Amino acid sequence: MDFIHYVEKITGVSIYGLTSFVLFGLFFLIITFWAIRADKKMIEEVKNLPLQKNS
Amino acid sequence: MQVDKFYYDNKTVKMFAYAVLVWGVVGMLAGLWIAIALYYPGINLGFPPTTFGRMRPVHTNAVIFAFVGNGIFMGVYYSLQRLCKTRMFSDRLSKIHFWGWQLIIVFGALTLWSGATSGKEYAELEWPLDIAIAVIWIVFGINMFGTILKRRESHIYVAIWFYIATWVTVAMLHIVNSMELPVSFLKSYSMYAGVQDALVQWWYGHNAVAFFLTTPYLGLMYYFLPKAANRPIYSYRLSIVHFWALIFIYIWAGPHHLLYTSLPDWAQSLGVVFSVMLIAPSWGGMLNGLFTLRGAWDKVREDPVLKFMVVAITCYGMATFEGPMLSIKNVNAISHFTDWTIAHVHVGALGWNGFLTFSVLYWLIPKMWNTSLYSKKLAGTHFWIGTIGIILYVVPMYWAGFTQSLMWKSFTDEGQLKFQFLETVTHIVPMYVVRSIGGALYLSGVFIMVYNLIKTVKQGSFVANEAAEAAPLAKTVSTHGKEYWHRWIERRPMQMLVFSLIAVAIGGLVEMIPTFLIKSNIPTISSVKPYTPLELYGRDIYIREGCYLCHSQMIRPFRDEVARYGEYSKAGEFVYDHPFQWGSKRTGPDLARVGGKYPDSWHYNHMMDPQSMSPGSIMPSYSWLYTDEIDTLRIPKMIWAMKKLGVPYPDGYEQKANKDLDDQAKKIQADLASESKIKAADNKEILALIAYLQRLGTDIKKATNQTQASNNASNAVMGN
Repeated sequence: MDFIHYVEKITGVSIYGLTSFVLFGLFFLIITFWAIRADKKMIEEVKNLPLQKNS
Repeated sequence: MQVDKFYYDNKTVKMFAYAVLVWGVVGMLAGLWIAIALYYPGINLGFPPTTFGRMRPVHTNAVIFAFVGNGIFMGVYYSLQRLCKTRMFSDRLSKIHFWGWQLIIVFGALTLWSGATSGKEYAELEWPLDIAIAVIWIVFGINMFGTILKRRESHIYVAIWFYIATWVTVAMLHIVNSMELPVSFLKSYSMYAGVQDALVQWWYGHNAVAFFLTTPYLGLMYYFLPKAANRPIYSYRLSIVHFWALIFIYIWAGPHHLLYTSLPDWAQSLGVVFSVMLIAPSWGGMLNGLFTLRGAWDKVREDPVLKFMVVAITCYGMATFEGPMLSIKNVNAISHFTDWTIAHVHVGALGWNGFLTFSVLYWLIPKMWNTSLYSKKLAGTHFWIGTIGIILYVVPMYWAGFTQSLMWKSFTDEGQLKFQFLETVTHIVPMYVVRSIGGALYLSGVFIMVYNLIKTVKQGSFVANEAAEAAPLAKTVSTHGKEYWHRWIERRPMQMLVFSLIAVAIGGLVEMIPTFLIKSNIPTISSVKPYTPLELYGRDIYIREGCYLCHSQMIRPFRDEVARYGEYSKAGEFVYDHPFQWGSKRTGPDLARVGGKYPDSWHYNHMMDPQSMSPGSIMPSYSWLYTDEIDTLRIPKMIWAMKKLGVPYPDGYEQKANKDLDDQAKKIQADLASESKIKAADNKEILALIAYLQRLGTDIKKATNQTQASNNASNAVMGN
């Protein structure tokens, strides 16, 4: 009996790797895009939250 | 505007801080114990609970879930109230959370010492405790979200995002990996078998590191580092990218623990790709931490809190550089199963988790007791002893890892393996000695800290309820410029929870669904049969004694492994293994094909006195297996459970199993008598363990023999 080549033979398995990679790429771009464009005042405000009085 | 006056609850934080100190000492003592056991196996004193296989899960569970766990709760309960400008949602839930968690730890340690274990690393606790963990985790969740919902600050600071992601992911990992069928009050079998069990386990195992040891501590870093340095985090924008990229990628990385195993190739590759990508968000976070201190390095020289933080963040950077590197297949081929892994995890555990915890304690305790630290000098001493301890711990382990791996893979000019397995062990024993000295130094630093903190507590006066005031949350939220979608999520904790769950669920689903759906595609190798009742019982003993912590059952397709252990392991061989027992470290040799390699009498003598059969061996004696009897009352229940999980025993076999068990035990008894004149009783546990060991890997051998026989037969027919 041939013990090699079984699980990797599901059809179109490469689509999983590809989809995941593309999914992450898009996700990453959207987040980065938002982070860059986020309002400066808001960022400054949130950034200083731990340093406020009573924080 | 009218401001609200309210009080922060420091009492719960104090209790968690005390728990960190107590469990830290206990967990590290257990670690030191097993470090010594590796060169002085007699330290087990012939007593099962103090033997390596049972102490090791006590060590790992204590430092991860008790020391770091309480560290997370200490930091979260302190920072969450202040970032939300409100007291915790419910004092009663805080109390239930605290005492519930401590009870789980105590019972966890007791059950592990007694040998009750599910046999899956870092998830060893048995099913009643798994349920208790889920309940207490939910209590924590309600308390946390309740607090976030009644906050007086519209923004949710990035630290809280990390807390939310931690909560939701740990809940998911724990529930999925703990799916098990109870056989008795403290025994269960994993619902998954073999390859699937391995995938789920390491999806869990890796993400226990990610979402228990990393994300909550990054949350702590984002709060306590700005506090200690008195300056905001270097880049808040970077922290946003850091958060989303990290939680999205981390969940995929599990399969890098299973490279070159019987896990499908595509799943391995997916794990590798995402593991390598992990370096980007990890280093983003590390640099964000270190850059926060730019221009403040003079403070680092003075302040022990910052000193500990700098080393912690640097160790985080080193561990997260090394992690992706170890995930590359050809590096993993060298590192896996060796002490390199142990070095890697301890850079993270001692450096990142340990030092960050110490820095938070040194900062928090004077603050809550309204005093200053008793002795900065002692804290400085702790810092240096701890740092030298880490170096003395990890350097010998790296050395041992490289050395052993190279020795395993060495061949003579004639093409024979150059070293016996045992030679590769005795060669690195001096490294084990140095490692335990490093560990002892690290622990003595902790004792110095405990003394320093007790003195600090004594000189201060505890503020159980700290007065604070803040304006209530305005009904309409002021927006800055154009509102982007992320701002929308960022204000809404529940949506944040859902989005985090989606981000972390994708990876798991993509990797697991195909592996589960193609179950029928894993060829049931016809010669692979279910274990006999005696073997199954022996397997339970193997799991109970933690044999999998030092012995793997996974032969990778390498020349040296095939030469040393035999035919490489196939996915179809593990279909009846609930749970899988591939292991992750070879302190002893692989056992996947140990069946039939030695006579029964060899095992009989070896388990009693390993050094008598393998001079220089560092394996402890398992003398109690020769007096403890096989509990035949358990057998029908075990067979029932296995049948429920899909193991094809014949109908009604539950009732007949004990007869087969008896016959097989008598046969081993007779073999022992005829081989070496050993008089063994037929009802002792050692016979079950021998039966199991002698079975390992033999199914495939039968298949090979049959194939050869049929080939020979057909050749004969064809007149060759």
